[in-house]
Amino acid sequence: MLKYLLKRFFWMIPLLVGISLISFFIMHLAPGDITTSEASFNPKASEESRQKLRELYSLDKPVIVQYGLWLKRMATLDFGTSFASHQRPVFWQTKDKDGTVTLGMIQEALPITLLINVLSLILIIAVALPLGVISALKQNQLADRSITLFVFIGFAIPGFWLALMLMYWTGVQHNWLPISGLESIGHENMPWLSQMIDSLKHLILPVFISALTGLAGISLFVRNGMLEVLHQDYITTARSKGLNENRVVYGHALRNALLPLITIFGLSIPGLIGGSVIAESIFAIPGMGKLFYDAVLMRDFPVIMGILTIGAILTLIGNLLADIAYAWADPRVRRGVMQ
Amino acid sequence: MQAANNLATNNQINKLQSVLISFAFAIAFTLLSGCGKHSTNSLSNSVDYSKDYPPTNGGTMIDAMTGEPSGLIAMIAGESAASAIASNIFNSLLKYDKNLDLTGELAESWEVSKDQKTITFHLKPNLKWADDKPLTSDDVLFTWQKVTDEKTRTPYGSDFKLVTKAETPNPHTFRVTYAEPYAPALDTWAGLHILPKHLLKEQDINNTAFARNPVGSHYYKLSSWKNGQYLKLTRNANATQGQARIDALLSRIIPDKAAQFLELSADNIDSMGLNPIQYARIFPARPDLNKNIALYKELGNSYTYLGFNLKRKPFDDIRVRQAINYAINKQEIIDGVLLGLGEPVASPYKPGTRWSNPALKPYPYDPNKAKALLKEAGYEDHDGDGILDKDGKPFAFEILTNQNKEREMTGVLIQRRLKEIGIDANIRVLEWASFLGRFIKPKEFDVVVLGWSLSLDPDQYSIWHSSQQAPGQFNFISYSNPRVDKLLEAGRLELDPDKRVKIYHEFASILQEDSPIVYLSAGYGLSAIHKRVRGISNPAPPAGIGYNTYEWYIPKAYARTEISEH
Amino acid sequence: MKKVLNNPLALIGFIIIAGILLLALIAPLIAPYDPDAIDVKAILLSPTSQHWMGTDGLGRDVFSRMLYGARISLMVGFVAVGIATAIGIVLGAISGFYRGWVDTVIMRIVDVMLSIPTFFLILAVIAFLTPSIWNIMIVIGLTSWMGVTRLVRAEFLSLRSREFVLAAQTLGAKDARLIFTHLLPNSLTPIIVSSILGIASAVLVESGLSFLGLGVQAPQASWGNILTDGKEYIQFAWWLSLFPGLAILITVLGYNLLGDGLRDAYNPRSSQH
Repeated sequence: MLKYLLKRFFWMIPLLVGISLISFFIMHLAPGDITTSEASFNPKASEESRQKLRELYSLDKPVIVQYGLWLKRMATLDFGTSFASHQRPVFWQTKDKDGTVTLGMIQEALPITLLINVLSLILIIAVALPLGVISALKQNQLADRSITLFVFIGFAIPGFWLALMLMYWTGVQHNWLPISGLESIGHENMPWLSQMIDSLKHLILPVFISALTGLAGISLFVRNGMLEVLHQDYITTARSKGLNENRVVYGHALRNALLPLITIFGLSIPGLIGGSVIAESIFAIPGMGKLFYDAVLMRDFPVIMGILTIGAILTLIGNLLADIAYAWADPRVRRGVMQ
Repeated sequence: MQAANNLATNNQINKLQSVLISFAFAIAFTLLSGCGKHSTNSLSNSVDYSKDYPPTNGGTMIDAMTGEPSGLIAMIAGESAASAIASNIFNSLLKYDKNLDLTGELAESWEVSKDQKTITFHLKPNLKWADDKPLTSDDVLFTWQKVTDEKTRTPYGSDFKLVTKAETPNPHTFRVTYAEPYAPALDTWAGLHILPKHLLKEQDINNTAFARNPVGSHYYKLSSWKNGQYLKLTRNANATQGQARIDALLSRIIPDKAAQFLELSADNIDSMGLNPIQYARIFPARPDLNKNIALYKELGNSYTYLGFNLKRKPFDDIRVRQAINYAINKQEIIDGVLLGLGEPVASPYKPGTRWSNPALKPYPYDPNKAKALLKEAGYEDHDGDGILDKDGKPFAFEILTNQNKEREMTGVLIQRRLKEIGIDANIRVLEWASFLGRFIKPKEFDVVVLGWSLSLDPDQYSIWHSSQQAPGQFNFISYSNPRVDKLLEAGRLELDPDKRVKIYHEFASILQEDSPIVYLSAGYGLSAIHKRVRGISNPAPPAGIGYNTYEWYIPKAYARTEISEH
Repeated sequence: MKKVLNNPLALIGFIIIAGILLLALIAPLIAPYDPDAIDVKAILLSPTSQHWMGTDGLGRDVFSRMLYGARISLMVGFVAVGIATAIGIVLGAISGFYRGWVDTVIMRIVDVMLSIPTFFLILAVIAFLTPSIWNIMIVIGLTSWMGVTRLVRAEFLSLRSREFVLAAQTLGAKDARLIFTHLLPNSLTPIIVSSILGIASAVLVESGLSFLGLGVQAPQASWGNILTDGKEYIQFAWWLSLFPGLAILITVLGYNLLGDGLRDAYNPRSSQH
């Protein structure tokens, strides 16, 4: 196991190098001098941020040196300070000489996005598992077809449109749920239980919207995985031995069908983080997606680079964890690697 | 499930499935119905907002903005979200009153010397910062030093650099001397927020925590700032201009305008800016909204225009510019895009003010005259394809604008009118940063549709003077006319309002003749404010409804239920 | 194909797609108005017999704009997926056929691309290159080839060890011949399935970009930007958002149903019974 882990860990190094190359490429994508595109009509501000960009990324040095320096920044997770948002540190908090702590932008935004994504993953599993299992057991019957249709509609509906309709329905017409934001006015003066409920109510729609998109993939995956397993020899054998059908389905088939799901979750992290842009913009949630989008519009390069890198590293960590979980759950993988 | 059950039948499996199904749908339904908390309608719908109440103190007013300020030092931050909030926190020496006349804010009085080069401001007595430290002329001097400091990243420095000497004879007096008379001087002092020296003197103003934790002297102070969520201002007990009536102002950051409108409909915010369709079409059709929300309109100090890149052919030809001016139907734009909520413009000043030359009228819509002028300039449809051409090249160009629904629609209307006289125009809509960075600053454009928001002083040196053409400066259409240059220079030196009027009227008529831009329209600023907020002047005075926000109030009966801070 | 048509959902998907493609193709013939024709006297009319889907904020006929928008939205889907599939086939074929270090390198590149949030990448690149319909198609294409690559590689790996390929190889068939006459035709079904699903995603991505203001730019109509224009009036001028919203929903659904049906029909395991 340890050997597998080590090996798996070293695999990440070439990936990190690749990520550094891509983010480096993005930075140099804006034709000509990247420093010419500024979002402000202010010759002085432009000149100053040009200077700062030059310093930050050593733009006057040869490309290879720039890349080396960029690698170094990445390795130390030093992404500098934002151009647009009054010099806030991009990644982690800093303390100035008076002891005032300024929180990092990613530091603040990441937990929000992670929370929404974890909740929506939980929701996806809770809904996709039963749907997938039923679909497989009722293959090609009405229940299967209806479920397939339902999950595909969930995938196909433009998220921001559904979000607005739900906001109107639950927020304006019925006043059941808050429309946007993360907390109500006066949240900080509520008792903790009310605070919890208040936050949860704000999260319901965003979580629902982001879960709906991911539902189809996972439920179909469960369905097809189940079908595959159900047709395998050992299941047929188990059945022919007269084993209880419940036990066959839930004891053997489901367990084996679920294993690959672990990997799928690892792989779905970048999609979820990327998808957060739209949900966060419409629901006014200050997470990674909104942060990235604002940074793109403001040409706030340090933030763009920071988020791309941190997002990719998170994905790698997610994949690593998924692989470890998989290896732990399925001994064949471990052995396969050690041979 | 692990327990052996020999009696297992298909039936049971089906049962299990139905449990699973209901489980799945139960989740979906709980989500949809939202925690099971049902209240059929928001309370506000049943409140009668037509009653009158005397002014009281208290309440919170909530508004929404699409973007978050980068900081609250207006001279550095620059964006409108920042100055809107900062102007509730910081004072200037002077301000404009209801009728747009200058009056004292921190200054009790001021006098201009005989030679018109020196201005002396006398501060009001006993001014204090929100942190109880005294506010003196030293702070004013400090602010001037900062705004003119080469290291300060501000676009507003140039006006103040004309001051050759700034001094503080005593803590209540601030005196500035200019090398020569500078007419816009008082206006510039009305726009400069005075900053506290005791908190900023050791700081790098471009990069200080003060910008996110400011201490000012105006009606409100910042009480909390939740990144990406809201900024909350509460009343400043030391306010230099007396006490405002509303306890707290809360500005929520809601990037999506559609979501903002939903929040307004649901009574979660009290005010937002509207677009013409919402103002002129949606509100009249919705009595339920009108019951709770009042609408306001005011003519802003801004206008929309179509600007030519004068460095590019054929826009260097005055006949081509005039032809396009004749070919555009401005009334159609006012009716179609602004739904009538706009005024025609014929000078770069707010219609109806003294600076706007009443003798000037917009170029009438006259396609025949346009064609004749183009023919004179050599453009005719030689090959019969419906598009004018000259030297074998068709007359085609790109109309560039930024992402702004109204400008985009304006562009579409212009495109159609140009097509009718045989000009093939494409429209390109761009997101702001690309628009500025890739096209405006390097002057890589043919024609732009843009708007100018102007200060109250008539000086427009930075927009029209031929010296202001460097990349990133405002004269990006490269307008250059020695007569205009002279007038602009003279206007800055002239302090007599009547003589200035003459200068700027002449300036406007030269612009009209030269047609470096086509004035399209001046749109009304439209806003919706909840009827619980009282004390708002309607119709708006020349200064707009915002001139007396400190007098606005929320009657106790209409205030939102709030969780107290205690 | 028969198997596909036996699946009612796939059949529905097929009909939807065929119908919408047809409408897009004959748009100029059936559109009652010029999609860009402005009528400032007919702003925001609700659907009537004259304007089936009402009019927008400039008095343009929404139905005509929807028809022309279909062309743009579908073109974005087709071209983007075309680019992605082309890259995917080339890289996947090289990877699966030659294996060894080439395979390792290509697969690592795929891993890198998969670990960066794709939508972020698209957003940044489109913003920096300025949003135009071509940039949008190219960027979506360049960021969505990884799935096809893996798929083609897997197919090639499994086909390579099959007897008919080995036989052809021992008979001295050239690499190119092997790839183009034996391997590629036999991997076609999964490629088609993934392309169909890819088109659905691309249409959605374009609408998302439009929402963020980085999609196909006005005055050119795409379903995404018609929907985005309409969203501010969702409570009032419902037709401005309902029709484009439904069009996207139905089209994406159609592609998904067809793709899924195809996959089911050709996946030997899941189609037993």
